[in-house]
Amino acid sequence: MSDICIVYDRVRWEEKELSEKAIKLGHTAKLIDGKALTISTHDGSVSNGFGDIVLQRCVSHYRGLYITACLEFLNMKVINSHSVAEICGNKLLTSLHLSKANVPTPKTHFAFGPETAADVASKLGYPVVLKPIVGSWGRMVIPVRDRDVMDSMIEMREEMPNPLSKIYYIQDYVERPPRDIRTIVAGDRVVTAIYRYSAEGEWRTNIARGGKAELCPITNELEDICIKASKAVGGGVLGVDLMEDEKQGLVVHEVNNTVEFKGASSVSTKDIAAEIINYAAKMAR
Amino acid sequence: MKVNCKECDKELNVPDDAVKGEIVTCPDCGSDFEIVSVSNKKVELKTAEKVGEDWGE
Repeated sequence: MSDICIVYDRVRWEEKELSEKAIKLGHTAKLIDGKALTISTHDGSVSNGFGDIVLQRCVSHYRGLYITACLEFLNMKVINSHSVAEICGNKLLTSLHLSKANVPTPKTHFAFGPETAADVASKLGYPVVLKPIVGSWGRMVIPVRDRDVMDSMIEMREEMPNPLSKIYYIQDYVERPPRDIRTIVAGDRVVTAIYRYSAEGEWRTNIARGGKAELCPITNELEDICIKASKAVGGGVLGVDLMEDEKQGLVVHEVNNTVEFKGASSVSTKDIAAEIINYAAKMAR
Repeated sequence: MKVNCKECDKELNVPDDAVKGEIVTCPDCGSDFEIVSVSNKKVELKTAEKVGEDWGE
């Protein structure tokens, strides 16, 4: 039996479910507020009380990322590791790792200045999809349908104070059904897969944007691609998102590091929280 | 459990199984609060963090 620590910055349904499930499975579980943590390079005492393994569940990407770096400095095992969190929290790095590992992904292009961003989009031909390299829940993911919109987006992003807004991530617009696929992977196992249908009047499929979930069969092809994608970013507990591209077939467009599974749990036949806890306990040994 | 909204003073109903760190929203003014502590059916709240640009999965 393991002593499992869940680091949070707000307790959502998922963190409560993980904690309750850990206790039901005979482990001990502790919820620790990441906002209340202090860690020093000269004092290892913070590692006391973190147990055998930490599930990093902060909703703030950067808070989670740096707490994980500190916990790893203190020799704690964290799911997911700092390296995985860094890759998955950045769409550019994710695309590079997926592509390097020959995981099918939408064609993606990067530009590092306003003029080159406009040139890339013009050469590709509209529509294209413009995404921020850090961000989630579909925020600021824009289908750009013509040059005027692209120019406006570039002008807006050049005015933003965040330097990351000046790194342009431009993806081919994938022709797909009005849904995508979210799978939840724990280690080398695809725990569950769901279709996510866009809410009315919305093109993005995120459950956070009102998307609806439906169970998706786990085919051998889907399983192979998801495991390959998971390994490409370093493995752990991950949400691998795929689209059914009418030309290329299944393509992975995102790998999520702090996967939300409330929507998937509402339709899945699997106990997702229990599978995550079982994986964590295995990694704690 | 009942507690008053720190913003508009409306009474909030907090579920009995609520834990420290959960967020409750005032149905009247929409303000979000984080539960700081729960003991003896008494709940203490603080203003919740605003959604950040880096929030998500």
